[in-house]
Amino acid sequence: MIRFENVSKVYARGARPALDQVSVDVERGEFVFLVGASGSGKSTFLSLVLREQRPTRGRVYVAGRDVANLSGWRVPTLRRQLGVVFQDFRLLQNKTVHENVAFALQVIGKPRHVIRDTVPEVLDMVGLAGKEKRMPTELSGGEQQRAAIARAIVNRPQILLADEPTGNLDPTTSLGIMRLLDRINRTGTTVVMATHDDEIVNEMRRRVVELSDGVVVRDEASGGYGEREAILPDVGSSPVLDAPGTGTRLPAAPTVRGS
Amino acid sequence: MRFQFVLGEVFSGLRRNTTMVVAVVLVTFVSLTFVGAGALLQAQIGKLKDDWYDKVEVSVFLCPQGKSAAPSCAGGEATDQQVEALREVIRTELSGEVSTVWFESKAQAFEAFEERYPDGYQGTQLTEADMQASLRLKLTDAEQVAVVSDVLSGRDGVEIVEDQRAVFEPLFRTLNVATLLAAGLAGVMLLAAVLLITTTIRLSAVSRRKETEIMRLVGASNLFIQLPFLLEGALAAVLGSLLAGGGLWLAVRFMVTDWLERSVDWVAYVSEVDVLRIAPLLVVVAVALAALSSFFTLNRYTRI
Ligand SMILES: Nc1ncnc2c1ncn2[C@@H]1O[C@H](COP(=O)(O)OP(=O)(O)O)[C@@H](O)[C@H]1O
Ligand SMILES: [Mg+2]
Repeated sequence: MIRFENVSKVYARGARPALDQVSVDVERGEFVFLVGASGSGKSTFLSLVLREQRPTRGRVYVAGRDVANLSGWRVPTLRRQLGVVFQDFRLLQNKTVHENVAFALQVIGKPRHVIRDTVPEVLDMVGLAGKEKRMPTELSGGEQQRAAIARAIVNRPQILLADEPTGNLDPTTSLGIMRLLDRINRTGTTVVMATHDDEIVNEMRRRVVELSDGVVVRDEASGGYGEREAILPDVGSSPVLDAPGTGTRLPAAPTVRGS
Repeated sequence: MRFQFVLGEVFSGLRRNTTMVVAVVLVTFVSLTFVGAGALLQAQIGKLKDDWYDKVEVSVFLCPQGKSAAPSCAGGEATDQQVEALREVIRTELSGEVSTVWFESKAQAFEAFEERYPDGYQGTQLTEADMQASLRLKLTDAEQVAVVSDVLSGRDGVEIVEDQRAVFEPLFRTLNVATLLAAGLAGVMLLAAVLLITTTIRLSAVSRRKETEIMRLVGASNLFIQLPFLLEGALAAVLGSLLAGGGLWLAVRFMVTDWLERSVDWVAYVSEVDVLRIAPLLVVVAVALAALSSFFTLNRYTRI
């Protein structure tokens, strides 16, 4: 479904590569955690899948298509097969929940009756039935993320990308979101989720791809978070801390978290 | 659905940026008024040329009774033989340049004079004797005046060869200078319009950054994302061009048709019809303007 072949991404000439020779293969229907410290390249990975960025070297295939060499006018077609959610929800504040979800269909030209039928269905599925008319400000963080997820999956994408979707949520709410993502995954949607939430990763027991300074340091069928030392002892103790919202790397500290 | 949605976006965009949109409308209005004024001036020149220039003849004024400063008139009033000799020269030497010749006698000249100034010319009492007979030449090619003038000037009985078109040259020069002026101002204003439309689209794009960001992510086509901005700019510019058309119409209606035409009625003027002919051109310029500005802005601010 998603295939990275020796992908490197260098943003600015001479800068340290955000991704360095990354090769990852994600099967159809898989649920993959992308973990790693802040600045390790998780978001870059996702933006390459979305074709928001192009790789400096290597190839990225999404649903069989060579994404990097996709001509501009085909990009929308690619993105209609992808759903994305972010840490900050990105809901339109001047639209209701229903309007926010409907917006995703309106702007790709779906007919009105399709929108009328699908949107309530999806809102029901994510657990927002009865809250269609609320504005985003009238929702809790968890509910806002559910609305964002509804918007991401309303067009039935084959792949759902989630960039730290629980980053702004408390543990209990996060768990609810994870159950939802799991349910979506069980309907056949491939899910790639970037996170640094070790509890979630440990609990879910799904495939874990760990990045460190743009390099894949672990790719494990059903791993936990931060067990790297046991598996790849030669890598040493680089931090697996992530400071949500700051985006800067913390100074290397010999911290070993989780287990 | 799509159409309705795009229209909704356009109007919400227009509402959000009212001040800028008004500015765009006004600047395009002023700039296109200058464009239109230039076009009307050229139309006026065209009218003058059509109505006069080509019909106007070269007048070979013959020596009058009494004194004349011209050395060729030393012998007094032109005689019939001299006139006949001139006709002969025209027939032979200028057969290629002159198409028709006719003789305007003093009596005819007086008649024409009385017709034009029925109340006398500036209080003077002129008689037929004060008039001057002339040979009127119609040229096959209006550009050949110099040749004709060279051949006939200084011959016995000829006082002066007058190209009546020369009378219009200063007028045409003035109109051409006015056109250049209008074109120059139009250029400056059009530049201002482009910059303003660019800024407006940019502001609009920034204020709708979140929407466009989401549109991009869910796979809306480029056209769909950019169309509201394009239409916004185009709508404002077209509104400006319509105002310019309306302004020019009013100007022509009240300044030319109602005033100039009444005070100086022997000239063919541009009319409201000419404005209607120019108006679509202004709309086209406005759309081109908006398209140009959008092209430069949109790819930068709403890229895929
Ligand atoms: N748009 C960008 N322009 C320049 N550098 C960037 C950009 N996005 C990310 N980077 C850099 O690439 C590296 C990886 O960042 P990112 O992929 O955001 O990591 P993560 O999501 O794991 O925190 C960082 O060093 C970051 O500064
Ligand atoms: Mg990130």
